[in-house]
Amino acid sequence: MATPAKTPPPAPPADDPALVAAFEARIAAGESIEPKDWMPARYRKQLTRMMAQHAHSEIVGMLPEGNWITRAPTLRRKMSLIAKVQDEAGHGLYIYCGTETLGVERDELVEQLHDGRAKYSSIFNYPTLSWADMGVIGWFVDGAAIVNQTVLAKASYGPYARAMVRICKEENFHKRQGYEICATLAKGTPAQRAMLQDAIDRFWWPSLMMFGPSDKDSPNSAELLRWRVKRKTNDELRQRFVNLTVPQAQAIGVTLPDPDLRFNEETKNWEFGEIDWAEFREVISGNGPCNRERLAARNAAHAEGAWVREAALAHAAKRHRTTEAA
Amino acid sequence: MSEPTSAPNARPDAGDAGDVEDGEAGGIAAGDATTRERSVAGVRRKPEQDPLFEYLLRLGDDRLVLGHRLSEWCGHGPILEEDIATANVALDLVGQAAQLLKLAGVVEGKDRDEDALAYFREGVEYRNCLMVEQPNGDFGYTMLRQFLFDAHSLLLWEVLATGQHPALAAIAAKAIKETRYHVRHSSEWVIRLGDGTGESHARVARSLLELWRFTDELFERDAVDDAVAKLGVVVDTAGLRSRWDTMVEDVLTRATLAVPTGIAMQSGGRRGRHTEHLGHLLATMQIVARSHPGARW
Repeated sequence: MATPAKTPPPAPPADDPALVAAFEARIAAGESIEPKDWMPARYRKQLTRMMAQHAHSEIVGMLPEGNWITRAPTLRRKMSLIAKVQDEAGHGLYIYCGTETLGVERDELVEQLHDGRAKYSSIFNYPTLSWADMGVIGWFVDGAAIVNQTVLAKASYGPYARAMVRICKEENFHKRQGYEICATLAKGTPAQRAMLQDAIDRFWWPSLMMFGPSDKDSPNSAELLRWRVKRKTNDELRQRFVNLTVPQAQAIGVTLPDPDLRFNEETKNWEFGEIDWAEFREVISGNGPCNRERLAARNAAHAEGAWVREAALAHAAKRHRTTEAA
Repeated sequence: MSEPTSAPNARPDAGDAGDVEDGEAGGIAAGDATTRERSVAGVRRKPEQDPLFEYLLRLGDDRLVLGHRLSEWCGHGPILEEDIATANVALDLVGQAAQLLKLAGVVEGKDRDEDALAYFREGVEYRNCLMVEQPNGDFGYTMLRQFLFDAHSLLLWEVLATGQHPALAAIAAKAIKETRYHVRHSSEWVIRLGDGTGESHARVARSLLELWRFTDELFERDAVDDAVAKLGVVVDTAGLRSRWDTMVEDVLTRATLAVPTGIAMQSGGRRGRHTEHLGHLLATMQIVARSHPGARW
């Protein structure tokens, strides 16, 4: 392990069992964990990973929607879309600040995103092909994010939970806006209705994949649930999303591309067909339709901005010297 | 093209062109002198016939086109904070444009709203200045263009806010607050980049030389300006220019950049004589709206 050029990965310190017990007791009592509190190394690591993935998703998520800002069909829609993408940048920034409370710098996380080590939500590796995608992304993707984040707002780590409360408010607004775009298209011309249905057909299954692997394939969940890093399992959240979304689809008269979709009177759940997990694995391992493009765009922006960041630092240093000399 | 166009393509009602000799005037109808002149002598366009409409289009189109350009940066900025800031400025500009074009539509009285004006006019009907339609270039070019425009914009809004046209004055009053922030943001970047590293200085100095040829157009005065002055929208263009010069010189000096001299100027946007870039911008902007005429979004 002794490669001197690199900092060795921090060996997980053997957590003191007494401290772990006290920590778990606090969690069990519903207390919130704050940055200065002691926490198990694995807790810190899991949270960092989750928060970083969330921040990265906000940043990469700007690209598929940014793709339609210049083509939005009315000035009002153009403004809402710019505002939405701007909110996403704000969320990313906010959550990166959250990870800094765990001792991880934003630069380091951004580097992990850019070199492909870090994950972000697989949904953003699908292309946006029509204006209707702007509606459907708001409705499904922000809708799914809300289902996730509403429970994360009760997560045990204080800074993340508080970030979720704030972010959820904006996501709710985005979701309403997206659904309203869809409702408008649903009442529109035959071409608009076809555009909408096509977007729904493309985004439905990837949206269900946003909740991650099925519980039986998600080995980390038990501990994360006990520590209130997560509050519900992937499958529970996915079911909740489906239950919320199906009636919304009925309300605007569109179909969801799943012949197995049916209401179970006993469980009151909308049961749905099998997710294509092979596709999911392909996309998260880098082979989705837009993985390369998304990372290339982020890397290009970062590389082309290098001279700007350097200039800003150089100027700030000059200013600092001038102020000190004065 | 050896033979002039003749019978098969001639308009059937061009009866008085019967005695055209082959080859004369390339086959253009040419009867007696009066008829010949009537057929070819067009009208001189007089934009001042509806000066307030024209004036509002100029203001609105500047902001729509620049806001559109800025929004192209969304997600591609040099740093996350700038994605937020440029989106914010783009949003303000498109918002101002929407208000201005809406008012233009009301003034015109032909039942065109802001979207009809934004999405269903051709490039030659756009009245923005040439500077705003130029491609973004690097971040320094974008910020410098923004500063040159913002400085003009702030000074202009300050004048228009006190004007005699209440609806325009109201738009101006709101825009002043936004534009103050825009100027601060863009001028700080010009200073940072000008007085940053050797590379940033060289880049922004080059952009300044590129952009300077579009600056006079901001202060061009024509019959439209004179006509709106009679309607109470009085802008002292020379005074505006001198305040702008002071403001720009101050920032450029702090950015260790020199005001360019001896640059040949370009203009034409106010009359619809644009650079080739505008057509592509509008093709993108208008594609969805125009593909579905009459649709609601």
